[in-house]
Amino acid sequence: MENLYIAIVLAPLIGAVIAGFWGDRIGRKGAHWVTSSGVGISAILSLYVLSGFMSGSREVFNGAVYTWMISDGLRMEVGFLVDQLTALMMSVVTFVSFCIHIYTIGYMADDEHNWPKESLAGRNSYQRFFSYISLFTFAMLMLVMANNFLQLFFGWEAVGLVSYLLIGFWSVRPTAIFANLKAFLVNRVGDFGFILGIAAVAMYTNSLDYAEVFAAVPGLADTQVQILGNTSWSLMSVIGILLFIGAMGKSAQVPLHVWLPDSMEGPTPISALIHAATMVTAGVFMVARMSPIYEFSETALSFILVIGATTAIFTGLIGIVQNDIKRVVAYSTLSQLGYMMVALGASAYAAGIFHLMTHAFFKALLFLAAGSVIIGMHHDQDIRNMGGIKKYMPWTYWTSLVGSLALIGFPGFSGFFSKDAIIEAVHHSQIAGSGYAYAMVLIGVFVTALYSFRMFFLVFHGEGPRDEHAKAHLHESPKVVTVPLVLLAIPSVFIGYLTLDTLLFGDWFDGVLFVLPQHDTLAAVEASVHNANGMLAHGFFGVPLYLALGGLVTAAVIYLFKPSIADTIKNGLKPIYRTLEMKYWFDELYQFLFAGGSRGIGRFFWKGGDQLIIDSVIINGSARAIGRFADRIRSVQTGFLYHYAIAMILGLLLLLTWFVIA
Amino acid sequence: MTFKLFVFYTFAIVLVASALMVITRRNPVHSALFLVLAFFTSAGIWLLAEAEFLAIVLVLVYVGAVMVLFLFVVMMLDIDMATLRAGFINYLPVAVLVAAVMAVEIFLVVGPGNFGLDVFAPPPPMPADYSNTASLGNVLYTVYMYPFEIAAVILLVAIIAAIGLTMRKRADTKYQNPSEQVRIRKGPDRIQVVHMDTED
Amino acid sequence: MIALSDYLILGAILFSISLAGIFLNRKNVIILLMCIELMLLAVNMNFIAFSHFHGDLVGQVFVFFILTVAAAEAAIGLAILVVLFRNRLTINVQDLDTLKG
Repeated sequence: MENLYIAIVLAPLIGAVIAGFWGDRIGRKGAHWVTSSGVGISAILSLYVLSGFMSGSREVFNGAVYTWMISDGLRMEVGFLVDQLTALMMSVVTFVSFCIHIYTIGYMADDEHNWPKESLAGRNSYQRFFSYISLFTFAMLMLVMANNFLQLFFGWEAVGLVSYLLIGFWSVRPTAIFANLKAFLVNRVGDFGFILGIAAVAMYTNSLDYAEVFAAVPGLADTQVQILGNTSWSLMSVIGILLFIGAMGKSAQVPLHVWLPDSMEGPTPISALIHAATMVTAGVFMVARMSPIYEFSETALSFILVIGATTAIFTGLIGIVQNDIKRVVAYSTLSQLGYMMVALGASAYAAGIFHLMTHAFFKALLFLAAGSVIIGMHHDQDIRNMGGIKKYMPWTYWTSLVGSLALIGFPGFSGFFSKDAIIEAVHHSQIAGSGYAYAMVLIGVFVTALYSFRMFFLVFHGEGPRDEHAKAHLHESPKVVTVPLVLLAIPSVFIGYLTLDTLLFGDWFDGVLFVLPQHDTLAAVEASVHNANGMLAHGFFGVPLYLALGGLVTAAVIYLFKPSIADTIKNGLKPIYRTLEMKYWFDELYQFLFAGGSRGIGRFFWKGGDQLIIDSVIINGSARAIGRFADRIRSVQTGFLYHYAIAMILGLLLLLTWFVIA
Repeated sequence: MTFKLFVFYTFAIVLVASALMVITRRNPVHSALFLVLAFFTSAGIWLLAEAEFLAIVLVLVYVGAVMVLFLFVVMMLDIDMATLRAGFINYLPVAVLVAAVMAVEIFLVVGPGNFGLDVFAPPPPMPADYSNTASLGNVLYTVYMYPFEIAAVILLVAIIAAIGLTMRKRADTKYQNPSEQVRIRKGPDRIQVVHMDTED
Repeated sequence: MIALSDYLILGAILFSISLAGIFLNRKNVIILLMCIELMLLAVNMNFIAFSHFHGDLVGQVFVFFILTVAAAEAAIGLAILVVLFRNRLTINVQDLDTLKG
C-alpha cells in the first residue's frame, strides 16, 4: 500500500534526476523516454488508486513514511494522506502531465532555434526541459499527497521553484527572465502569508499533521487572538485568511494575479501544464483540503468569495482585449480560477474541485491547441495575424471548438456542469458577499463566452493569415501534438456528465471535505436538480446558458460578420478599453510602488546605510580617527630613556597615592 | 637609648648621607665609592637584623665584585662630565618634590602606626649556637633547589652575555677558524709537494 | 629596641633618594645604574626586616635571589654601556633616541 504511493511520487523524480543529471549521456530520445515513462507509471498507478476508490475497495491511507525530526513535540515528517480528494488530484495531475510530456516531444523538437548559436545555456535544453516538467510532477504530487503542513509547504515551494525555472526556461530572453522573477517575487508575497498561517497552526495546535489539526479546530473555533494592537480576531479567520493569501499567490487571485499572464513567456507546454491545469490549482486544492478550518470562519469564506468573484470578472474583461493567443487563454485561466475560489467561498468545496478537474482538461486542451496554432504560425502569437486556420489545421480546429464550448459552459460539455454547479451554489449561499459574487459570476459567464469565441473566430475563421509566407507553410501539427489534443478533448466533453453525480451529489467526498450544515449550499443545489440529467434540464431554463449564448453570438457578430463594430466600440469606449488594455494598471502600480519602493529603500540603505554610515563613518572613520589619534599621541614617544623612566615613576607615585588615600 | 639602637641610627645616618652623595657627586668615581660606603653600612644594619650571611654576601659580592666593575667601567670610559651634568639644578626641585611625596606616602603606609613596636614586638634574639648560614643553606638547598639552580644559570647567562657583548674582533688579531680547517678538501686546497728535477 | 617601622622608613628614604637620583642624573647612565642598585638595596632592606620580625627565612632567600639578579643586571648593563660607548663615543642618554616612534 505504502510502497505504491511512494512509487507514484518517486517515478517522476527518478525520471527528472536521470534526465537532468545525465541528459547529455542519454540523449534527447533517452530523456523523453525516461521522463515520460516515469510520469506514465505514475499516471497508471494513480488511475489504479482512483479506480480503487471508485469501486470502494480502497481504504483511505494516512501515515508517515519517514520522520524527519521531532522538535519540542512538533513532529516533522514525510507522510501521505491518500483519500478520494487526493486520488482525484493525483489522477488529474499525472494524466495531464503525461499528455503534456507526449506533446512536448513534438513542441520542443526544434528548440535549438530558440537559443543563440553560441549560447552554452542552450546545451541539452531539450533534456533539461523534460527534467523540469517531470520534477514539477513530483513536486505537485508531494503537494497533493501531503498529510501535514510541512510537506504541503515543501510541495508548494517546489512547484514554485520549478515554475520559476520553466517560465525563465529561455533564459537568453530578457522578457522571460523578467517574467520568472516577477512570478517568483509575487509568489513570495503569497508564501509569506502561507507560512505565517502554518506557523499559527503550529503555534495553537502544536501539530502539523492534518488529522490532528483538524481534530483540534472545533475546540479552537471561538478562540480570539490579538493582532495589530488591540484588535481582536477570530483565530480561525486569521489562519484561514493567512493560508488563503498563500493560495492567492499560487492560484493567481487579484491582486496577486499579475505574474500569471507574464508566465506565458515560458514554452507553451508549460503554460498548459503549470499555468492552466495543475500548479495554479494548488491553491484551490489547499483551501478544499483545509475545509475543516475554513468552515469555522465565515469571515475567511466571505473573503475568499469576494476575492474569487472579483478575479473571475475583472480578469475575464481583460481577456477580451488581449491579442496574444496565449495571454487570452491565460486570462481565461485567471477567470476560471476565480470561479473555483467562489465555489470554495460558498462552501461548495466539491464544486470547486469538480471545476478544477474539468477545467484542467479543457484548459490544457485549449493551451495545447493554442500551442499547435503557434507551431503552425512559426511562433507568431498575435491573433490579429491569424485567421482562416480552420481549413489548414482541422484537428486543432475541432478540438479547440470542444475546449471553447466546454469553457463557456455549453450544455452537455463538462464545463457546463461544473460552472453551473458553482453558480447555483453561490445562489444558495447566505454568507456576506454572496450577492456580489452571484452577480459577478453571472456576468462572468457572458464575458467568458465573449473572449473565448472572439479568439476562436479570429484565429480559425475569417480571412487567411495575413503573412503570405506563413500561409504557405501552414499545415496540421504532427501526431505527437494532435494525439494529446484528442486525448484531452474526450474528457473535456464527457467527464462532467459522468462524474457530476458521484462528485457533487454522491458520497465521494464524505469524510474528506467538511461542510457545516448551515453552509451546505451543494445540498440545496442537489435538492433542486437531483442529478446530472436534472441539471442539464435545469440548465436550459437558467440564466447562465443564455448569457453564454449571448456572449457567443456577440462574439460572432462582432468578429465574424461585422468587424467594424469592434472598432466602433473600441473608439466609443476609449477609457474603458484603455483600462482593460493596461490591465487596470496593476503592473504599473506594482512597478511603481513595490519595485520602485524597494529600489528606493535599497538605494537609501546603499547610499545612506552602506556608503555613508558603514563605509565612511564606521570603517574609514574609525581608521581616520585612529590615525589622527596616533598622530597626536606619537609625540609622547620621544625615544628618550629617562622619559619612560619618569613616566614609570609618576605612575608608581599615582598608584601609591591612590593606595594611600583609598 | 640602647646600644643597638645607637648603632642602628649611626649606620642609618651614614647610609642616607652616602646615598645622597651617590646621587649628587659630580665625579662618578666618588659616586661609586659612596655607593660602596652605602653597601657597607647597610651590611651593618643587616647584621643587626640577624641576617649575617647576607650581610657578608653583600660586602663580598657588591663591594668586591659589582662595585669594582662599576669603577672599572667609569674609569675606562672617557666621559665628558660637563654635558652629563647639564640641567642638574633645573631638575632639583622636581626631584626633591617627587622624592618627598614618595617618602611621605611610604611613611604613611609603613610608619610607626602600622609597623611600630606596639604592633610588631621585636623577636627574641637567636641563641648563641644559631647559624644563619646553616639554616639559610638548609632552606636554599632543599625547598628552593630549583630556583637556586635557575639563579646559577642566570648568572652564567649574564657572564656569557657580558663577554659576548663586549668582545670584538680586531683586524690585526691572528686566529684560527676550526670550521674552515675541517672543510679543507684533498687536492686543490692543500699544499702539494711537487717533485721537480734539479737543474743542472 | 629597633622597631620594624625603623627599618621600613630607612628603606623608604633610600628608595626616595634613588628616585631623586634618577631624576637628577637622567643623562648619565652610570649613575642611573647606581641608583637602581640603591633602589634594590632599599627593597632588600625591607625583605630583611620583615624576615627578621617574622622569624621566616624566606625573606632572606628572596634577598639572595635579588642579589643574584642584580649582579647579573649590573654586569649586562655595564657591558651594554661599554658597547654603547664604543659605538657612539658617548653615554649621554639625550643622544639615544632611536626608540622614537
